Amino acid sequence: MDLQVITNNFAFLMQQGFFGIGNFVGGTLRLAVPAMVLGFLLGILIGLARLSRLRWLRWSATVYVEFFRGVPLVMVIFWFWFIIPNLLGKSLPEYSVALTAFVIFEAAYLGEIIRAGIQSVPKGQVEAATATGLARAQMMRWVILPQALRNMLPALVTQFIVLLKDTSLASIIGYVDLTKAAQIVNNREIRPFELYLFIAVIYWLCSYAMSSYARHLEKNLARS
Amino acid sequence: MNYQFNWSVLWSGQTGGWLLQGLLTTLQISLLGWLLAVALGIVSGALRTVPFPPLRWLATFYVEFFRNVPLLVWMFFWYFGVPPLLPEAVRNWLFDHGVEFWAGLCALGVYHGARFSEVIRSGIQSIPKTQFEAAISTGLTVAQSYRLIIIPIALRLIVPPATNESLNLLKNSSVALTIGVAELTFQTRQIETYTAKAFEALAAGTIVYLILCLSIAALMARVEKRFAIPGMIAQGTGD
Repeated sequence: MDLQVITNNFAFLMQQGFFGIGNFVGGTLRLAVPAMVLGFLLGILIGLARLSRLRWLRWSATVYVEFFRGVPLVMVIFWFWFIIPNLLGKSLPEYSVALTAFVIFEAAYLGEIIRAGIQSVPKGQVEAATATGLARAQMMRWVILPQALRNMLPALVTQFIVLLKDTSLASIIGYVDLTKAAQIVNNREIRPFELYLFIAVIYWLCSYAMSSYARHLEKNLARS
Repeated sequence: MNYQFNWSVLWSGQTGGWLLQGLLTTLQISLLGWLLAVALGIVSGALRTVPFPPLRWLATFYVEFFRNVPLLVWMFFWYFGVPPLLPEAVRNWLFDHGVEFWAGLCALGVYHGARFSEVIRSGIQSIPKTQFEAAISTGLTVAQSYRLIIIPIALRLIVPPATNESLNLLKNSSVALTIGVAELTFQTRQIETYTAKAFEALAAGTIVYLILCLSIAALMARVEKRFAIPGMIAQGTGD
């Protein structure tokens, strides 16, 4: 064990690899946070479409969800890596490719969480909202979604942990996240055991903190 | 979009054989990884519920550490980090026998073992405590009541989440391409490199994964029906 390699490269690993401040466009958080926010917005649309009264809309949302849940993320990243340049006629930076792939892939999983959240709202709420004269869209916006969001918060935090871990796969197409940063350092220092164990601990700290938070949320929810 | 489709690249020349080899390697590493993961999951999942703290802590450490770190990091760890620490003879044997496959297998099995552990623990904890007390009162030891009563019931309760987890393992085996295991995704990339027909290659790989996942899911839905315990609903069916 030689911990010198960690202290010498700590700034690069954390600033560049984890936060994404530095010479490369990179960073684990810089990819995970926007991917979660945008994926969530797309996920709401998909979750709502899954519960729509229009059969074609429901059907296409189901196909979307089943397709992306049946294919490995690595495959999806390669798809976007190839398709985007072909569609646009020019190549895009790794960051845009990775972000697009993650948003579209995660939306399938988030859509299922959102659907379950909406279905967990008691039916009486729908009836009460209808009785007060709200239109269907108003009811969703003001009555169902706020309650559904509260119910699905623990599941959303758990999904964010999954997403944070999954962003390591963006390093396959050359995006400089924490994993890629460790690879870059390792190419120079050749201390794989220490370096990969170190980033494992960083990932672990983030995931563990968030999963403790998710458990805390769940307890609060059960109490109220 | 200015792209010339040529689907025949998938069966002309060597490419068909590559796809088949990739599929076989994916199945091989997934199946062996699954066995390792299930064994680790059952042992650590059961240990987390026993009334002896040090064993519980050990199992908890394993589960919390391994499942909260990306699989890709574990791939690199087992492939680059571990072999230099092994004795020379073992290392030489590994380098002669496809070290990437064994490293990938360890990464996949140990990572998913931690995740299976959670599935199994939730299964065990959803069994009413009275079952365990009844088993003890009939004269079974703790080990016997686990082996003969608790685990068989838990296994039937966890069919849906375990199926989900097994499919995750199958899909995650694609991460092994990063350390050079020639599985399905690796072979689709190779076809793309040789033929410059990315769309066809990716489509072929994607369809194979979809067929595998959907058919396993359909099969397990039947198993779930067959083995469901009347009056008990499996807990924790989420992802």
